[in-house]
Amino acid sequence: MHRTPSVSSLSSAVLPRRQALGWLAAGTALWLTGCERVSTPASGSAPAFRGIDITGASYARGFSLTDFNGQRRSLTDFRGRLVMLYFGFVQCPDVCPTALTRAAAVMEQLGPQAADLQLIFVTVDPERDTPELLRDYMGSFHPSFLALTGSADEIRRAADEFRVYYKRVPTGSSYTMDHTALSYLFDRQGRIRVVLRHEQTADDYTADVRALLAESAA
Amino acid sequence: MKKLFITGLLALTTAAWAQTTVKVEDAWVRGTVATQKATGAFMRLTPSANARLVEAKSPVAGVVEIHEMAMENDVMRMRQVPGLDLAAGRTLELKPGGYHVMLMDLKQPLKAGEQVPITLVFEDAAQKRFTQEIKAPVTALGGGNAPMPMNHGAHKH
Repeated sequence: MHRTPSVSSLSSAVLPRRQALGWLAAGTALWLTGCERVSTPASGSAPAFRGIDITGASYARGFSLTDFNGQRRSLTDFRGRLVMLYFGFVQCPDVCPTALTRAAAVMEQLGPQAADLQLIFVTVDPERDTPELLRDYMGSFHPSFLALTGSADEIRRAADEFRVYYKRVPTGSSYTMDHTALSYLFDRQGRIRVVLRHEQTADDYTADVRALLAESAA
Repeated sequence: MKKLFITGLLALTTAAWAQTTVKVEDAWVRGTVATQKATGAFMRLTPSANARLVEAKSPVAGVVEIHEMAMENDVMRMRQVPGLDLAAGRTLELKPGGYHVMLMDLKQPLKAGEQVPITLVFEDAAQKRFTQEIKAPVTALGGGNAPMPMNHGAHKH
């Protein structure tokens, strides 16, 4: 019975799993806002972020993927600069271009300091998002934006590390991707610090980037 | 009760009588890069009487669907919807963060400044179908969500 399932049979067969994944996604959100929220050291100098402060979290520690130029990339490559990480896909008409447009606005607001921020987009649709497409796509938002891809397994491992949910959803003759739309912000030492939500503005993002840039460089 | 019924009947008859039109404003399409196969069209729809957007077509796309985007617990979910109900005189906005016309299986990249012809298929209160042709200007992919204000999607009746 390994025929390709139709949309309707898929939804009925997959429902329990989908529910479970839904709970998992809900759990992730809870985790982010609740139990796992680790406060910054009680030094009194910790900056107040507009995003969710997850300093010291035991997840979102890093990645090892391939960029659109075929170069292997991990977090340590960007030591000394901030990294903003976002998971998405190119055939996304709404949330991903909105996030990337916002990231470009952040670069604009930062002025010369923009050189200290690296935006990294991780595709959750490596099958359709070829390196060439990713390069063209990112370049239309900002010349410095980087995109990472990998095998289906590698992408799954990276997403799991960030507790990012994504799932392929059939639509007509094609498919779309449901995915977590959070942005992860690392400090100059490569430590995960802040998670920003999609509803937040470019001003919010810039404020948190500036707060991290203001911390003493390692 | 009887009066109510007659009033309702009258309203229905009037609605079916006068040809329903839908005002389409500020339509725009997000630009794409080479080999990108999908994008969204956005616009504001105001019908003269209750109507329903049931279908959209465009020569630039092999497949056109009506989609709804929703954020649930920071997860973006996108779903095809069978149609959009439009209430008489009320404006329904198709915009990022909500509904869009999804253009898929694109036949060519859509560049800023181009005009994308879209045929919107509506159903009036009597479920009679009528179509409306619009031309939606393409906004640069990295150019944000704001459509060019001077270039409204033409609304023909």
